[in-house]
Amino acid sequence: MSEREIMEYDVIVVGAGPSGLSCAIRLKQKKPELTVAVIEKGAEVGAHILSGAVIEPEPLDELLPGWKDAPPPVCIPVERDEIWLLRPGGKRLRLPTPPQQKNHGNYIVSLGAMCAWLAEKAEALEVDIFPGYAAADIRYTADGAVGGIIVGDMGVDRDGQPKDTYMQGIEIHAPLTLISEGVRGHLAKRLIARYDLAADCDPQTYGIGMKELWRVQPGKAQPGLVQHTAGWPLDSRIYGGSFIYHLDKDRIAIGFVCGLDYQDPEFKPFEAFQQMKHHPMVREMLEGGEILSSGARAISEGGYQSLPKCEMPGALLIGDSAGTLNVPKIKGVHQAMKCGMLAADHLAETGAAEGFDAKLRDSEIVRELHRVRNIRPAFYKGFWRGFIRAAIETVTLGKLPLTTAVHADDSALKKVDEYSAPERHWVERDLPPRDRLASVYFATTEHDEDQPVHLQIIDPEVCTTRCVTEYNNPCTRFCPAQVYEMTGEGDQMALQINAANCVHCKTCDIKDPYQVINWVTPEGGCGPMYQNM
Amino acid sequence: MNTILIIAEHDGRELNAATAKTLSCAGEIGGTIDIAVLGHGVAEVAAQAAALDGVSRVVTVDAEHLAKPLAANWATETVALAGDYSHVIGPSTTFGRDLMPRIAALLGANQVSDIMAVSGPRTFKRPVYAGNAIVEVTVAEESKVVATARAASWKAAGGGGSAAIESKPAVAGPAEHTRYIGLEIEGGERPDLQSAARVVAGGRALASEDQFALIYDFADKIGAGVGGTRAAVDAGYCPNDMQVGQTGKIIAPDLYFAFGISGAIQHVTGIKDAGTIVAVNKDPEAPIFEVADIGLVGDLFTVIPELESLLG
Amino acid sequence: MKILVGIKRVVDYNVRVRVLPDGSGVDIDGVKMSVNPFDEIALEEALRIREAGNADEVIVVSAGGDEVQQQLRTGLAMGADRAIQVKTGEPLQPLSVARAFLKVVEREGVELVLLGKQAIDDDNSQTAQMMAALWDRPQATFASEVKLDGGKAIVTREVDVGLETIEVDLPAVVSVDLRLNEPRFVKLPDIMKAKRKPLETVSLEDLGVAVEGNLEIGSYEPPQPREKGIMVEDAAQLVGELKNRGLL
Repeated sequence: MSEREIMEYDVIVVGAGPSGLSCAIRLKQKKPELTVAVIEKGAEVGAHILSGAVIEPEPLDELLPGWKDAPPPVCIPVERDEIWLLRPGGKRLRLPTPPQQKNHGNYIVSLGAMCAWLAEKAEALEVDIFPGYAAADIRYTADGAVGGIIVGDMGVDRDGQPKDTYMQGIEIHAPLTLISEGVRGHLAKRLIARYDLAADCDPQTYGIGMKELWRVQPGKAQPGLVQHTAGWPLDSRIYGGSFIYHLDKDRIAIGFVCGLDYQDPEFKPFEAFQQMKHHPMVREMLEGGEILSSGARAISEGGYQSLPKCEMPGALLIGDSAGTLNVPKIKGVHQAMKCGMLAADHLAETGAAEGFDAKLRDSEIVRELHRVRNIRPAFYKGFWRGFIRAAIETVTLGKLPLTTAVHADDSALKKVDEYSAPERHWVERDLPPRDRLASVYFATTEHDEDQPVHLQIIDPEVCTTRCVTEYNNPCTRFCPAQVYEMTGEGDQMALQINAANCVHCKTCDIKDPYQVINWVTPEGGCGPMYQNM
Repeated sequence: MNTILIIAEHDGRELNAATAKTLSCAGEIGGTIDIAVLGHGVAEVAAQAAALDGVSRVVTVDAEHLAKPLAANWATETVALAGDYSHVIGPSTTFGRDLMPRIAALLGANQVSDIMAVSGPRTFKRPVYAGNAIVEVTVAEESKVVATARAASWKAAGGGGSAAIESKPAVAGPAEHTRYIGLEIEGGERPDLQSAARVVAGGRALASEDQFALIYDFADKIGAGVGGTRAAVDAGYCPNDMQVGQTGKIIAPDLYFAFGISGAIQHVTGIKDAGTIVAVNKDPEAPIFEVADIGLVGDLFTVIPELESLLG
Repeated sequence: MKILVGIKRVVDYNVRVRVLPDGSGVDIDGVKMSVNPFDEIALEEALRIREAGNADEVIVVSAGGDEVQQQLRTGLAMGADRAIQVKTGEPLQPLSVARAFLKVVEREGVELVLLGKQAIDDDNSQTAQMMAALWDRPQATFASEVKLDGGKAIVTREVDVGLETIEVDLPAVVSVDLRLNEPRFVKLPDIMKAKRKPLETVSLEDLGVAVEGNLEIGSYEPPQPREKGIMVEDAAQLVGELKNRGLL
């Protein structure tokens, strides 16, 4: 293997999401002389972005004054909020909107389209953006600091051998590396372990979010209407609910989120999402429409208690690589952007990573997380107790001294013989997609199949032995893209990994009870190609 | 009144079936239809063309340098014939796709490629975006219609005709800049998946590479190419270049057998233009049955041997 | 020798193309745009010819608005020496593209033109043949192998029945098929180098080519979905049905 080619920058940003791009823009605004590059594994900026998304506009006002004159392509002012408690049998109950979820002054956007729009702003400031290239590894300096990243090799076959098109990945050297991979990034995972960044916090916890963008029959979408639901099709032991955001051009973004701390080994998050669409209130909107795009992504839910140390020598964790999402608000974009901007201010000021973590903890970003820190954990004891506790925490603005501990999702799962699920009153369904494969079709996910499988099974033996009897292979159910299948029986039983279906949501890396699944990046440019998600 | 000239495709001995399909398309447009048979020693082919139903006249241009269908030579001669015709149409085979645009350019027209339906004498439907959209195209009055007819959209015209055959001399000599070297006919024992008229494909239900042999055997029995689903490829039952579907090959055989294939949309995308889809699957709920022309609920391991014995 | 490679900006091959509800076209809102994959193969071939010492310069050309500069830059990053944008605000029909490219050929003294066999949006498959016709030069379409030998090219063509080989004198127009080669990945530093390579813009008017065409493009519709057929009971019925339909 020859020496890798090297490119040098002052700052390298990993991941063109809201935090990374905001950081890059702010850096160039403050110090135009810095050279800044953003590397993005999606085929283009926005291709791997999936979010609701209702956003608070303050960070945009601050970062790009006058942005409303030429707003992102999908940007609809919120007109009104509704929250519904869905019940089995098609019943429903309107709930009062809690103050965190009031969206007056906010905007419904496609975060994917907004990131592409942010990327244009960054490029205008001479940020070099490289979509289609994956940061496969960290480059460490001789003194043990992060010194940039290593771009993944391309043109490698299934067995790891170079193909005719083989191209060695280059090294990008930079004294400062910003990790903005989003939730459960594979580099962040390595760095958190290497620098022991989670030593003083609770484990991070997650949810899985699935989303579909629909074009509905004319007149059914009410642009600016923001609806959330709780309750059915989940039983009260599983935290979650749906969002239904009404866009322009007869489009509705519909999604479903559930906490990955669920205990039921047989639970199928994808099926729950599809069930929710069959509540009469939702079904009526979608009937006769068509799916434009679909996908899934993990969400960080640990908040304040789970926030790791966000600095290490030569690098920072920002946005959801750190975990700045505000769960009760169901919003992370403003937090991610603010976090990226704070990092930029810090780097422009000091030129070094040291001191960022303290600034972050002293910022409005973390104060916001602190105020709501006990709301999500309140739901560990079920929906109704959580609901009451959430109300108390909200009224007291989180000023009660207690902080509830957060536990890891992979340890939450109960064994098959230890759990019996309550009756969920699920129904026959007929809206598309019929199954996960059909759903993946609308994610437009694509991977060159002749490349190493990017879902590494650390101990494959576990899958066909302990996991079968203890958990009945939950990977075949929690993955929203049907990547995992068990084939054969008895001695012939094997785990089949359909890596090409993967939508890079990272749920498997999180929820696997034995933690033997390690998600690493495939070749750059692979993965979903979300359209206005 | 439309006057239509069809350019015949042939190998010197036999008229290619695509010509009769092009004739059906011309018939739908309506008017008098002539067929031009260019080549060398084309009397037999001209007779076959004259016997097609609905042909007014067959015009032959016979010259040594026209023996092989080099576009440079054939386009010159066709343009010389095209004078009074309102429409000049060829098949959208590689022959027609090579030749017809050259003719169109010489006639100062853009071509209508791959006509799949006729909406009027000068208005046609054609597929774009790999068949994911159909667009209607109208040719301006002052322009000749130069077009190709999409083979999969048209049935071959019948026989029973007896058109007059008329011979015309070539107007030009050979183009000096282009020389024909040779043709290597693909094949061997099994037809190429991409161009085979019949394809037999298997899915994960075959359960092993050894048992996938069942698919090869049946394919050989009926002279078909062989395909597989991504699941079968991923599981190692058949090689990657046999994969049919969204990330594999997109094929349009006249007859497609799907054995033990569930019919995921990713697979069906690859066969949506197939003529007849036959599906055999144990699961009566398999989505393949929603797109199959003929479905059979059953175990492929018993059905395939039965089919083989029925076919002798 | 100079090689000219045509590049078209198209909806990425991976995108699920959807017809707009009003039939005015397909939905390209927020979709990825790419270099037509066949054109990438044409460029790869041109680069290999240059790297083998059989050409001095590879020029990429595209007709369209300023958005096509993005695809031209991709061509430059792959390794083309320079780029020409034939600027036009109107969508061009193939004959006009052929005329415009031919003007570039004449101006530059190009001896080999490499184009994709078709663009994956319109699926017309016309431009290469039309260029050759207007130029009165040879065409070698659907190439799966191109061998240069002095002033001529020996081209293997993918035709329905197999592989046909022809020999053409240069200058000539070659349209390339899928199996010709596998295009290279773009190296990251080459993206930066491409930003400094020359990209010239000429207007269609400057080339003396009019925006005209004899085709009027009407409305778009989605293809008819396949319909559910019949179910048979057993193998015997299946064979009977296939024989009835003349399929076996």
